[in-house]
Formats: sequence, C-alpha cells, structure tokens
Amino acid sequence: MLISLGVVITLVPVAMILYQITSKGLGTMSWEFLTSSMPLSFRREGGGFLNALVGTAIMVGLATVVSVPLGVLAAVYLVEYGQRNWLARLIRFFSDVMTGVPSVFVGLFVYTALVIEFGFGALMGAASLAIIMMPIIVRSTEEMLKLVPGELKDASYGLGAAKWQTITKVVLPSAAPGIATGVMLAVARAAGETAPLILTALGSYQLTAKLWDQPISALTLAIFDGARNPFAAGQARAWAGALELLIIVLVFTIVARVVASRSRLKR
Amino acid sequence: MKSENRTISTGATGLAGATGLAGVASPVSVSTDAPDGGGSGSSTFVATPDQVAASQCPQEQPVFSVRDLSVYYGKNLALKGVTMDIRPRCITAIIGPSGCGKSTLIRCFNRMNELIPGARVEGEILYHGENIYGPGIDPVMVRRHIGMVFQKPNPFPKSIYENVAFGARINGYKGDMDELVERSLRRAALWDEVKNQLKKSALDLSGGQQQRLCIARAIAVEPDVILMDEPASALDPIATVRIEDLMQELKQDYSIVIVTHNMQQAARVSDETAFLYTEVDEETAARWGILVEFGPTSRIFTKPKDKRTEDYVSGRFG
Repeated sequence: MLISLGVVITLVPVAMILYQITSKGLGTMSWEFLTSSMPLSFRREGGGFLNALVGTAIMVGLATVVSVPLGVLAAVYLVEYGQRNWLARLIRFFSDVMTGVPSVFVGLFVYTALVIEFGFGALMGAASLAIIMMPIIVRSTEEMLKLVPGELKDASYGLGAAKWQTITKVVLPSAAPGIATGVMLAVARAAGETAPLILTALGSYQLTAKLWDQPISALTLAIFDGARNPFAAGQARAWAGALELLIIVLVFTIVARVVASRSRLKR
Repeated sequence: MKSENRTISTGATGLAGATGLAGVASPVSVSTDAPDGGGSGSSTFVATPDQVAASQCPQEQPVFSVRDLSVYYGKNLALKGVTMDIRPRCITAIIGPSGCGKSTLIRCFNRMNELIPGARVEGEILYHGENIYGPGIDPVMVRRHIGMVFQKPNPFPKSIYENVAFGARINGYKGDMDELVERSLRRAALWDEVKNQLKKSALDLSGGQQQRLCIARAIAVEPDVILMDEPASALDPIATVRIEDLMQELKQDYSIVIVTHNMQQAARVSDETAFLYTEVDEETAARWGILVEFGPTSRIFTKPKDKRTEDYVSGRFG
C-alpha cells in the first residue's frame, strides 16, 4: 500500500512533465522547426532550433570523443593496475566529488581557464561538457570492468596473453555493452546541461559549425532563452525545443537500457 | 612437435635449451596404458594389480622438477616444502582434502599464482632444467609453453572458432588458422560436434563441450604441458568420462598434471599421484599444505607408505 503510494507520488511529476512538454511543444513542432534556424527576432513566428541542435551535436560529440577514451583508460587503470594504491584512491575520490559538483561551477572553471583567454565557442562548451561526462564514464566503466569474470582473465593469461592483450582482447570486449550504456547515459546528461554552456558557449541565433571565436547555441540554451522572453512565439519555440531535447535524451536512455539488457542475456 | 619451442627464455641461454632438447628428443613413447582399465564400473578405487605394470611412466628427464617449493599468500604460508618430479607424457594427479593447496601447487607450474596480489613463491620449479622462477623469465612466456584448463569451463564470449584461435592470434601465429582450429578441435574430440557451427557462440555449447573447447583452446597454442585444475568437477558423469578418455589420448603427446577431488578419477586416469595434506600449527591455528607422499598411482592406492595417505585413499576422511 505504502509502496504503491510511493510509486504514484514518484510517477506523478514525471507524467506531468511529459504531458506538459508534449502538449505544449507538439503545436509548434514541425518539419520547419527541425530544419530551420531561429528568426532574428523573438517576436516573429516560425523558424526553429536547427542552429541549437547543431550546436548541441557538435559540443556533445566533441565532449564524447574526448571523455570516452580518457574515461575508459582511467577506469582500466583503476581496475587492472591501480586497484587500491594512492593514485587510484585519489582518482576515485575526485570522480565521486566531480559527479556531485554543481555543473555551473564547471562552467565557471572553464570560463576562467579558457573563455577569458580564447573567447566563447563550441570548444569551450565541449570542454565543460567533457569535464561533466568524464566522472560518470569513469565510474560506470569501472563497475562494468569489475563485472568481467576473473575466469575469463585467467583463461587469457593461461594462454600466454600479456596483460595488455588480456585487457584489449578479453576484458574490454566483454565489458563493451556495459561501457556503451554508461557512455550513453553520460551523453544524455551532457545534452541536458545548461548552466556550464551559458558561461562557455554563450548561445547564438546563427547556424554555425565554427569551433572557436564565435558563440554557438545549444538546445538547452535556446530553450532557456526562449522561455524567459515575454513573447509568445519565442516561448512556443522553447516548448518545441524542450520536446525535441526530451526525445533525444529519451532515445539515448532507452538505447542504453536495451544494450545493457541484451548483454545481460548473453551471459 | 617442435622441440625448439621448449625453452622459455628467448635469449641465448644454452643450458636450458640443451636439457630441454635432451628431455624431448628421446623417441620412446610409452602409451601401453589401458584407459578403460581402471574405470570399468568397479566400485573400488584401489587399482588392480595389472594396472601397476601398465601405468609406469617413461623414466626420462622430468619435465618439471619441483625443488623445496613454498607458497605464501601475504604472510600466510599456503604450501610448504614440496619436492617432486613431473614426468613427460604421463598423467600426474594431485589429490588431497579441501584446502590442502592442490590448486595452489598446480598454479605454480605456469606462474598463475602471481596474478593473486600478495602471492609469493620460494624454492624453484625447473622446467627442462630451467628455473621458471629464475631472474629474467617472463611469466607470459612460461604460460605459452604450459597450458591450463580450469575447474569451471571458461570459454570467451566469442565464437567457437575465435576461442580456439585466440591463443594463436596473440602469439602472432602465421600459419593456416582454419587448419589449426580444425586440428585442435579434432584433438580435443569436439570437431564432429561443432564443425558446422564454428561461428556460433561458445556459450551455447553444453558444459562438457565447453570444457573440451577449453582443452582445444589450450592445445592450439601447442604447449608442452597441460595443467588441469579439477577439469571435470563441474561436469556430469558422461562428460567426465569423455574428458578422461581425452586425457588418455592427449598424454601420448603432452605431459598432463591434474588436480582432482575425486580419488576414483585419480586412480583411473593417472600414472603418478601426489598426495597433499593440511598441517596445522597447534599454537597459532595456522594451516598449510604439505606433500605427504608421491609415487606411482598404483602404489599410492595399494601400498601407501604414509598412514595419512592410507587413511585418505581408503576413504576414512576427506
């Protein structure tokens, strides 16, 4: 009884958010919205968030390219080499702290470290997203690597495989579906970040693929911008943008879950 | 069999190469043993007299000479002062009650113990005269010469083909891989069952087939010795018999060391038997394994010299 009540209380806000975003966003959502960029004035109707979508894709993509190899390597170090030594403890401690740090601080850090020197741009935004993604990838990959059965490693060593061969040919392939799940959850998280991008990418009305020297938009930034202006057309676009982002994040999360459950069945 | 494979260090250590060759080059291949002799449904595990003659090992240079071997896990002594010889083309069984260090001992032969943090070995194991724990010996090279089959079948989550090819690939094998896979699977008596499904996941095989696949995988590296750590303990009786028959086949080319819980199995398959037992320090309650008795299987099971061996093989404990 109490448990079902808990379930209901948890699900009500989720259902309300989904309903609100879908009902208010669907009206403005159209092919035009997906394929054109923002009009230069908020007052004007029409146009869409293509520039924001491109910005999100570029920045999340770059952040993924940087954070996945680094994060996976760090996790391999933690599980296969460091185990309990001081460096491994340090990495684990900071990863845990970093997952809890409010993301606006990450934005502030990149702002002072890079933006003041080099200006707003996609690279700076990607840097802040990479910092946010890294600890998630490290910890989720670490858990997946720990799940690789010791018997498989023994089999590999028993056949005369060196440690690096065992890691690249047995451990990582066995853990790959789980690692992919963690990566996709990290991607979903990064795609939904707003605060650090305000301080690093700034936002823009123009469609651009330039990586530096020019502010760039992101879905979250465009939603934020549209939502806080007083004009109905801009607000409507923000709702549609929210729906677009929701679907993207949802797809990533669902794919992650499917991949994870598939791999579990295989074992 | 290529005898130049036999030395571990790739450097110019002539000593090991010479003794290694001497040990292998002898053409004597004694395989007059009767595989079904011991296992023919007799409920007693005491070997019959006609087996005594049949299971004599070729008295050649030993493959392994264990000299005063002790193993520690951290500060704890796990195995104390083991000295024994492993003869070529011969099955050596290691028996004893649980926790007496059987697995610890067999894992010393290919330096697998080092993968356990804190494990330390004293004494030496001479492989064709060369100490595998000597300075400059790469444990990876040791393991390429000495294959291992584990208690639980542990195929990789890859195809049957890739499982067998794994060892050859990491060793940079240049020959015909299809041929090697087929030969290894045939040798492990698995080819006929899987020849039409080589691309299928190895995890779809039955437990017994998986274990034979693991044996094929070990053979594919063309080792000199195959270590088997309770290879049949997770299998049903029929699969167990198949593994035992296979061991008799394999001993014509390989030296086999097997750890077993099952005394009947040791009596059925092995030529020589080592009996390990646990010693307890009365004051500290510390426990460690010792080698109590080592000799031809027939003698260990019929005329054991030590009281503890006699009690164990006659089923009084353990």
